[in-house]
Amino acid sequence: MRWWPVFKKEMRLYFGSPVAYVVGTFFLVISGWFFSQILFFYNMSSMQAAMQPQMGQSLNPTEAILRPLFSNMSVVLLFFMPMVTMRLFAEEKRSGTIELLLTYPVRDGEVLLGKFLAAGALYVLLLALTLLYPGMVGYFARVEWGAVLTGYLGLLLLGGTFLSVGLLLSSMTENQIVAGFATFGILLALWVVGWGADFAGGTLRTVLQYVAITDHMDSFSKGVLDTKDVVYYLTAMAFALFLALRSLEAKRWKG
Amino acid sequence: MIQVDHLTKHYGPVTAIEDVSFGVEKGKIVGFLGPNGAGKSTAMRILSCFMPASGGTARIAGFDVFSQSMEVRRRIGYLPENAPLYPELPVAAYLDFVAEIKGVPRRERRARVAEVMERCFITDMQRRLIGRLSKGYRQRVGLAQALLGDPEVLILDEPTIGLDPKQIAEIRRLIRSLAGQHTVILSTHILPEVSMVCDGVIIINRGRIVAQGTEDQLVEQVFPTSRVAIGVAAQAEAVERELHAVPGVLGVEGRETRDGVAAFVVESPRGRDVRGDLVRLVTSRGWPLLELHQVGMSLEEVFIRVVAGEEASGPAESVEAPAAPAEAP
Repeated sequence: MRWWPVFKKEMRLYFGSPVAYVVGTFFLVISGWFFSQILFFYNMSSMQAAMQPQMGQSLNPTEAILRPLFSNMSVVLLFFMPMVTMRLFAEEKRSGTIELLLTYPVRDGEVLLGKFLAAGALYVLLLALTLLYPGMVGYFARVEWGAVLTGYLGLLLLGGTFLSVGLLLSSMTENQIVAGFATFGILLALWVVGWGADFAGGTLRTVLQYVAITDHMDSFSKGVLDTKDVVYYLTAMAFALFLALRSLEAKRWKG
Repeated sequence: MIQVDHLTKHYGPVTAIEDVSFGVEKGKIVGFLGPNGAGKSTAMRILSCFMPASGGTARIAGFDVFSQSMEVRRRIGYLPENAPLYPELPVAAYLDFVAEIKGVPRRERRARVAEVMERCFITDMQRRLIGRLSKGYRQRVGLAQALLGDPEVLILDEPTIGLDPKQIAEIRRLIRSLAGQHTVILSTHILPEVSMVCDGVIIINRGRIVAQGTEDQLVEQVFPTSRVAIGVAAQAEAVERELHAVPGVLGVEGRETRDGVAAFVVESPRGRDVRGDLVRLVTSRGWPLLELHQVGMSLEEVFIRVVAGEEASGPAESVEAPAAPAEAP
């Protein structure tokens, strides 16, 4: 498999340019801010609970700190992931380097895989840095590590889906801004479409609930590993990557 | 080594190349010559497997560029127009990436990269970011990546564009040195380059091949007669009349008469030298002979005639007049 050189090249480009550092810094600052806010709120609630013992029931640290943290992080990711992927194909097309890349003895699928895994590796690195938050909670309180594990698995699947949608749109245009913005628009739409489920009825309600991209994250952050959600993310990822591959191949036909 | 048959490419309603056929033997260097927008890059993109043709076939080393693309890609080195590279990468790191993706074994990689950098005179620049290099150096990095993996066939789209004269000479020498082991097809619109570097020429205009062969063949094809320029200090009409009478002279073209000098271009069948007869005529008449030399036809004149002839879509005579004054000494 020749995806490895492509992967290495993309990693070099991420870390040789400010992209990785800028995205990483702001992602950590913002998710850290959310974490501290959630923590302060939890702190306040626990003080109130000291005076009113019946409120203590909601003071499960996994449920009250990590679950909202995961859900906040998935929204932050929705803003950040398009910036990780928008360059990947659009820039190669704009500068013409795609002409060389696609005439090396490497399959389109391998190029795509190399790029996807590079973006994925950057994302995994960012996620690894956020392990500090559950680590801190775990140091001071009793945390259900199983739920942390499924939460991170959910974030991985969610982020992977974001990245593959981003790759798809990057493969369709030579303008990075268009690629980034369209990715963001689609992901945002897939997020807010879930809100419509509250007012819809019948089949529409089920469909909207199923389509909503971040809603599937919720069961993971509760510590539930539901095949329905795993299948949702995996099929979305595979579908977007498949379309991206087709879009790359289409370039060969249209020239 | 390269066999192209009836290749056609349409971009929507625009036809980029039409019914292009040619062959290149192993170890030869062939120049693709044509005005801007003639379809040179399109032909090269098809040969390099970047995009498919709308019709016709192209084979490299016996493999079809469309159905056996991987086999072809393993055997070619390609330099696209304007050498697109990653500006954020240092030269050596970039070449290492190319070597790896071309499947150069890990143990040889460093040595191979060093070797192509040496050949393309970029060893001193290996730590620089590609984006910081001048156009000439970028072009050479592009050439270096094409050479990596020691491909049998090199497809070079305008390899010397943007280089200074010294660099052009170096790169031409480099390309020339590739002949024998490598088959090279290069495009250019610099005519002397083809004469200096290439074994054969393919002239393409508006997507069609209008002439192909070696330089000498083309000159013979396009200019079937040999030409002698003669300048005599005498009355022009009289001289012209007498020149026509010389045996072997097929035609006399009048050129400008300046300061009492009558200048003509005398055409005769190729291989028949009429200069002796002309001198005898001139001396017998007592005219002072001021100038007498053979007019060599260069590729440039061939190109102008062939391409302009196409444009006028008429017989070649129509361009006789503008072509002649260019030869004035």
